[in-house]
Amino acid sequence: MTTDVQTAHAAEAPQLVIEPTKGWAKLGLRELWQYRELLYFLTWRNILVRYKQAVLGVLWAVLNPVITMVVFTLVFNRLLGVGSGSDGVPYAVFTFTGLLPWNLFAGSLSSAGSSVVGSANLITRVYFPRLVIPSSAVLGTLPDFLIAFVVLVVLMGVYQVAPTWHVVFLPFFVLLALTAALGASLWLSALYVLYRDVQYIIPFLVQLWFFLTPVFYPTSNIPSGWPSVVYNLNPMTGVVGGFRWALLGQQPPGSMFWLSVAMTLVVFIGGLYYFRRMERVFADVV
Amino acid sequence: MSTAISIAGLGKRYLIGASRERAGTLRDAITNVAVAPVRRLRHAGSSTGHVTEHWALRDVSFDVASGQVIGVIGRNGAGKSTLLKILSRITEPTTGRVTLQGRVGSLLEVGTGFHPELSGRENIYLNGAILGMTRAEISRKFDDIVDFSEIAEFLDTPVKRYSTGMFVRLAFAVAAHLEPEILLVDEVLSVGDLGFQRKCLGQMEEIAGSGRTVMFVSHNMAAVRNLCTRVVEIDEGRVVADGPSDDIVQAYIARQMAMDGAVLHLPHPLGDPEELLVTAVRVVDEQGRTEGPFHSSEQLVVEIDVDVARENAAYQVGFDLLSGDGLIFRTWHTDGPPEEWPPLKLGRSTLRCRLPVGILNELRYGIAPRADVYSSHWLVHGDDAIWFDVVKDHKDSPFSWAWSPGALAPLLEWSSAGELKGESASASQGGLWTTPPAL
Repeated sequence: MTTDVQTAHAAEAPQLVIEPTKGWAKLGLRELWQYRELLYFLTWRNILVRYKQAVLGVLWAVLNPVITMVVFTLVFNRLLGVGSGSDGVPYAVFTFTGLLPWNLFAGSLSSAGSSVVGSANLITRVYFPRLVIPSSAVLGTLPDFLIAFVVLVVLMGVYQVAPTWHVVFLPFFVLLALTAALGASLWLSALYVLYRDVQYIIPFLVQLWFFLTPVFYPTSNIPSGWPSVVYNLNPMTGVVGGFRWALLGQQPPGSMFWLSVAMTLVVFIGGLYYFRRMERVFADVV
Repeated sequence: MSTAISIAGLGKRYLIGASRERAGTLRDAITNVAVAPVRRLRHAGSSTGHVTEHWALRDVSFDVASGQVIGVIGRNGAGKSTLLKILSRITEPTTGRVTLQGRVGSLLEVGTGFHPELSGRENIYLNGAILGMTRAEISRKFDDIVDFSEIAEFLDTPVKRYSTGMFVRLAFAVAAHLEPEILLVDEVLSVGDLGFQRKCLGQMEEIAGSGRTVMFVSHNMAAVRNLCTRVVEIDEGRVVADGPSDDIVQAYIARQMAMDGAVLHLPHPLGDPEELLVTAVRVVDEQGRTEGPFHSSEQLVVEIDVDVARENAAYQVGFDLLSGDGLIFRTWHTDGPPEEWPPLKLGRSTLRCRLPVGILNELRYGIAPRADVYSSHWLVHGDDAIWFDVVKDHKDSPFSWAWSPGALAPLLEWSSAGELKGESASASQGGLWTTPPAL
């Protein structure tokens, strides 16, 4: 929808023009900025509601990654002999470092993917930039991430693993994880409005994606050459690799890492445009 | 006077049968991609296959001066709601252009985004933000909103524990403090509760009086007449009449009443086939006749055939009694205490409502069926009605051969008291009227 908010010459009231949009929509980032408080409130609502509804509330954010980590360590490390890829890094810390961004990503996909359809009553009754909906769902996974991060710090203390100075780059990788999560969520949430099968695809997709991401195994297990190039087309490969480099000092980012970052941007920007394009029919279809 | 809303050549097209305009399944989409080239070969020339177009709005143009209160009327599906949805930017037009001067607020979204788990306080901020208020603005108006809603002591209670009344008051309080320059009101969406509707109308009068522009979409002709100076009638997506509200409303009602005779049947079942359908409405007199003219001295029963596809304890079925001047009253099968409600079970049933004997006038009356899910959404709410004539014969007075004005002509009990000359005080006896003192 083309909406130009401009101050009219004579009147002090803002003028709004509503016209059909032709072709690809503009991203409307300025308008999104104007609605930043709504983004804040919706994120806050998502977080509040989640913790209010669950009996154990915040405890889940600790239990979930810890239990997963314990199971992985027992099954993959002890039983199947999967290692951490470098000598000084205990497997438990290694896999937890991978779980940290992975859970952010997977959590985003499952909550943001259905977010637009779940907000049908908002979409059919009131106008605001629709991008706010999946964005707030993705941002809503941050508290879980922060709590899990504290657990990681404790875990590193227990195993006496000191972070390297690379840790200063960690915020960049968190941002990268959010970008990848939002990018994929934009695609899925828009597709979900148009095709209801997406609800069945999301859990399946998350599961497949998990195995294609180096969460419980090191990237050194991937053969170099073409397999490695294809493997790094996965945005989450770069994110998890980045986390391990920043926190544990494993494998510095190389050309494969930047390939993964480039894919993240492709998915994200493509997702933005696709979402904006499909947004026009949301209210009619949902 | 400047123009607040300018609508030029506005059109909205829906493609029926096209997956692009409707939630489809991925399989459909994939099949379409696979089949499209073949289809294109087969129907060389005709491009779109079975897709049919439906123009919900077509070439609508009119301007609204700022400060004007304009009503939009029309039958169900005429395009009124689509117009409001375009003006409030919920959906985008296919053709044309709208220019709005000033902040737009709409009362079609009361309570939108309220979350049951959150407290009243939290919901005020959330709902305010959804309606487009900034945090600073909400904080500034917070006390006013709380005062207006009268829920101060429950501010920190989750909204799910609120009564419906409290919930609606709070929701409305937030919407009412948006202070838009242009207000869009869709009565259709303000469910059920009469008190709430009255409050909406009161607030609208206040806003209208304060020089704001109001666009009011309603089925309540009396409300439209009272509130609006100008009315636009839409039919099949086009503006068919535009002028002073009295003229337009009168002409509209006259047409609704089908000048050449009473309407005895609904044109088609009303409601939602997945929830509840009203399939027929009848008026039956003491002899079992279902055709007028009926006699006002007889017991008339309104029968509503209902088809329930999914059980829901919150269904309300009822009707509006209409006259040419608009609504006389609304009644629901749930008006009494819950233990007296007639059961409404899965499958077909007929609800019967006895009209009071001796209140109808010599007029043509309409029965417009109503159904909703209490405090959630309308199922049947439109202008479709059956119309029947009544002969007034319940007044025995030699004086009442003359036509009496008003939508109803009830026979009421009268008495008198005072010093009566030449008669004992026991003069008042028998009859509804006391015997006049002999001169």
